[in-house]
This record gives sequence, structure tokens and C-alpha cells, in this order.
Amino acid sequence: MAETKAPAARPLSPHLQIYRPMLTMMMSIVHRVTGFGLYFGTLLLVWWLIAAASPGAYSRYEWFASSIIGRLILFGYTWALIHHMLGGVRHLIWDTGHGFGPSEREWLAAANLIGSITVAVVLWVVGLLAMG
Amino acid sequence: MSETPLKHIRTPLARVRGRGAARSGTGHFWHQRLTAVANIPLTIAAVVIIILLLGRNQAAVAQILGSPLVAIIMLLFIASITSHMRIGMQAIIEDYVHDEVAKLVLLMANTFFTIAVALAAAYGLLKLSFGL
Repeated sequence: MAETKAPAARPLSPHLQIYRPMLTMMMSIVHRVTGFGLYFGTLLLVWWLIAAASPGAYSRYEWFASSIIGRLILFGYTWALIHHMLGGVRHLIWDTGHGFGPSEREWLAAANLIGSITVAVVLWVVGLLAMG
Repeated sequence: MSETPLKHIRTPLARVRGRGAARSGTGHFWHQRLTAVANIPLTIAAVVIIILLLGRNQAAVAQILGSPLVAIIMLLFIASITSHMRIGMQAIIEDYVHDEVAKLVLLMANTFFTIAVALAAAYGLLKLSFGL
């Protein structure tokens, strides 16, 4: 007589698709995405260091680093480093119990994004000018 | 008997320590903050080094990367970021991978990858430093 009931369709807690995107939410996601990307970006760093240590192999890195795609990837890698670093500073501020107020958290999220783009662009402009 | 002596099975000392059965407790939390703080100056230095060496030829790059100060900064950067990214990727795996076997495999791969990246980068830097 024991009837096996189909599992009830239980409600799930609200997730990403139910919320209107907000800056603080997007910056949280970007922090994780940049961390994930940087993880594999270290392969680029390894390639660069090993190539520099083997004279014959460096021309391939130079070709990559001077191509448009290579420049974009390197710019993306350095921007992600800076963005994740500034996002980390935000987390360290939160660890002290500060920065949770409604205006503070919005301000911090905006500063994270504007700061990372500004610093990355300035460093690259300076770097490219120095290169001549 | 008004009070049950076994209200909690854990001893008061174990509860106040909050370290649980794994005996490691907040180790990862603390290590992520420790490496995050170290990453701040090291990332700034590494980004500047990467961009400034962009247009130089192999001989110049090898000479600068192999100079004591730059090599030590890059070695510290590598050590700190690989340690940081191992914990970060573990958190991502534990958040999204619920299959026990897949999780175990990915956690092992995470450790292997981060150690391989650290040692490969260190190999390149040491080779440049000692001119082998």
C-alpha cells in the first residue's frame, strides 16, 4: 500500500535571474570571474618567464605580445590583476567591519571599477609611451 | 533530573575553539587574507615590471628579470599568488561542483596546477638569475 510519491517541486531560494542587476552584485561576480581568469592567466606568466630564460624561444612571445590579440590579452590580464587587487582591498575593509553602509558599499563598488580601469589605462599609456 | 548533561556532545573547549573535526578551522580564511595583503604591493610591482618589459628584446628582459631585486620581487609574487589562487579555486570548486568524485578530482588537479605553475615560474626566474 506504500505509495512512492514524486518528489515535491520545492521552491528554490531566489538566485541570480530573479534580481535586477546591481553594481554591488556585478562587482561581486566580477571579483570571482577575474580571480578565475587570473588563475589561468598565470600560464601566460610562466610562458613569459620560461621564454625569457631560453633565448631561442623568446621571439614567439615577442610576436604574441606585439600582436593586437596579444596586447588585448595582456591588457586584460593586467586589468584583471588590478581589479581583483582593488576588490580584495574592499574585502579587507569589510573584514574590519567598515564599509557596509548603503552609500559606502555603492561608493566602494564604483571606486573598484573606475579605479581598476583608470590605473590599467594609465600604466599602459605610460608603458607604451616609454616603449616609443 | 532537570538538566541533561549531554545537551551538546562536544566539550565546551572544543566549541569555544570552533575548529571542528578537521582541526583546521579558519586556516584557509586567514591564509587567504594573509596572501591577499602580501599580494597588494607584489601585484603593483609585477604589473609595472610586466608592462615596462613589454617592448624590450630577450637580452634586456633576461638581464632585468635576472637582477636580484626584480627576481626576488617576482619570486615572492609567484609564491604569494599561487598560494592565494589555490585557496580561491578550492572555494569555487566547493561552491559549484557537487559530485563527490568530480570534486575530489578537481581539488587534486587544483593543487597540482598551482604547484606546477609556482615551480615552473620559479625555474624560469632562477635560470635567469644564475645564468645556467
